[in-house]
Amino acid sequence: MSEVAGTELRNVDKRFGGRQVLRNVSLKALPGRRLGIIGPAASGKSVIAKLWCGLERPTSGDVFTLGHRLSTLPELAASQQRARIGMLFQNYALFDFLSVLDNVTFALQRRGDIPADEIQDRAAARLRAVGLAGSEHKFPSQLSGGMKKRVGIARATVAKPELVIYDEPTAGLDPVTTQKVYDLLASDHAQTGGTVIAISSDVLALARFVDDIAFLHDGKIRYLGPAADIENVPDLAVRQFVRGEQHGPLSQHVPTPAEDA
Amino acid sequence: MANLISRMVTATAAAVTRVGTSALAVAHEVGGIAVLAGRVLRRLIPPRLDGRELWTNLFKMGNGSVPIIILTAFFSGGLMTLQSAPFVQKFGATALAGWAAGYAVLREIGPILIALMFSGRVGANNTAELATMTVTEQLDGLRALAIDPISFLIVPRVLAMIVALFALTVLGDLVALGGAAIVAHTVMGIEWATMYYSFADNLAPYDVLHGLYKSLAFGFAIALTSCYFGISVKGGSTGVGRAVNAAVVAAAVSIMLLDFFLTYLTG
Repeated sequence: MSEVAGTELRNVDKRFGGRQVLRNVSLKALPGRRLGIIGPAASGKSVIAKLWCGLERPTSGDVFTLGHRLSTLPELAASQQRARIGMLFQNYALFDFLSVLDNVTFALQRRGDIPADEIQDRAAARLRAVGLAGSEHKFPSQLSGGMKKRVGIARATVAKPELVIYDEPTAGLDPVTTQKVYDLLASDHAQTGGTVIAISSDVLALARFVDDIAFLHDGKIRYLGPAADIENVPDLAVRQFVRGEQHGPLSQHVPTPAEDA
Repeated sequence: MANLISRMVTATAAAVTRVGTSALAVAHEVGGIAVLAGRVLRRLIPPRLDGRELWTNLFKMGNGSVPIIILTAFFSGGLMTLQSAPFVQKFGATALAGWAAGYAVLREIGPILIALMFSGRVGANNTAELATMTVTEQLDGLRALAIDPISFLIVPRVLAMIVALFALTVLGDLVALGGAAIVAHTVMGIEWATMYYSFADNLAPYDVLHGLYKSLAFGFAIALTSCYFGISVKGGSTGVGRAVNAAVVAAAVSIMLLDFFLTYLTG
């Protein structure tokens, strides 16, 4: 049942065992706009991505994705909704038993409603766009981290989804490639007009790409507003994170290795 | 005295706690395996599985296991003959040499040893594969692409393991009887024809079927335990090792328990 038009977390708590990752988080990604999420390591950014994709369920609260209450849908119905979402995982999540080309075409082939020629054309175009033409028959184990990331982007966008979630799309990439990737994502967005959610620790590059930005710290949203204003936010934690300062509220919480994992 | 009683009470409480914790952990795992079994069965009516994955796994699990199964079965048959040899020679009961070896191998030793070898080779490998896919988020990757990991990965593997173990047990039975006959002929000097008639006259079709239907149950148990521990792994690469270990132990225990109860219930 459609209850909201867009993609929204409403009063969401998320616990993993005894560890509370999200505390009463409410956040909305407006249709057709780009939302960025920033925050220190282990602040729960990737968990938000998985909640919106229906890969995790909230401990309490509601998750709406593309107008559907994903938090209460049975797995099969949630799976049908996921066909409308593209997701780039932080650690790529490429299928190591498939070649680069097969990774990109896999979901489309299994849908069965798109001619094989069109699937091949779309995949070839996507791989050219991410600069991986000629690597179609390599396997993930033969790729560098940056190349895997770009295969992940191609796989997430080949089906032209209505919502795309990029978890750390530029982590580990050099500044030039980072800008190229964001240019590509912006160009894709201009063509599809869908909703984009991007998670990154590279604040300045992300701020140039997204319309709105949310700062997540200690499981709570500390800032939500225009990306252009992020450098002038009065909140000390946001300011410390954006400016990369050594001292401030964030320095009082150093994540343990277990939290980082 | 009061101090001693206090220490005894504390020690007893600690022991009860340990037993309770272990029982809860076992109940948790058994429950998880039962839930997985339910999910697999739900996807079989009507069948929702990947045919290509099924064939790939059938070949990998069945064909790849043939050499080790032949080796195991041959020596199982031979060993049973050697064990019975002193009695056969003492009483001159050469006509019963085939029955002694065949009865033990077809009903018990063959299915159990073949299942344990299959679990070590195929089940452990299956757990390691699935666990690696889980810790590298490939299962989440499938779900994110609207592909059901149970239909795509688990159901084909479960079916492939059941069918492969059944087929390998049929092959193993034949090889074990051959091994028994060869050892009987070369070590004890029993004629080929005597062994043949000893098998044919004394072994009933049910002796063969008894081992075969057990192999179906063993295959299901190995498949479920290896898949369950693979997809429920936690803790990165060290977790993969723990999952494989747990899967092999759980499969071995399941095989023994199933064997006992199936034998008790069906004779």
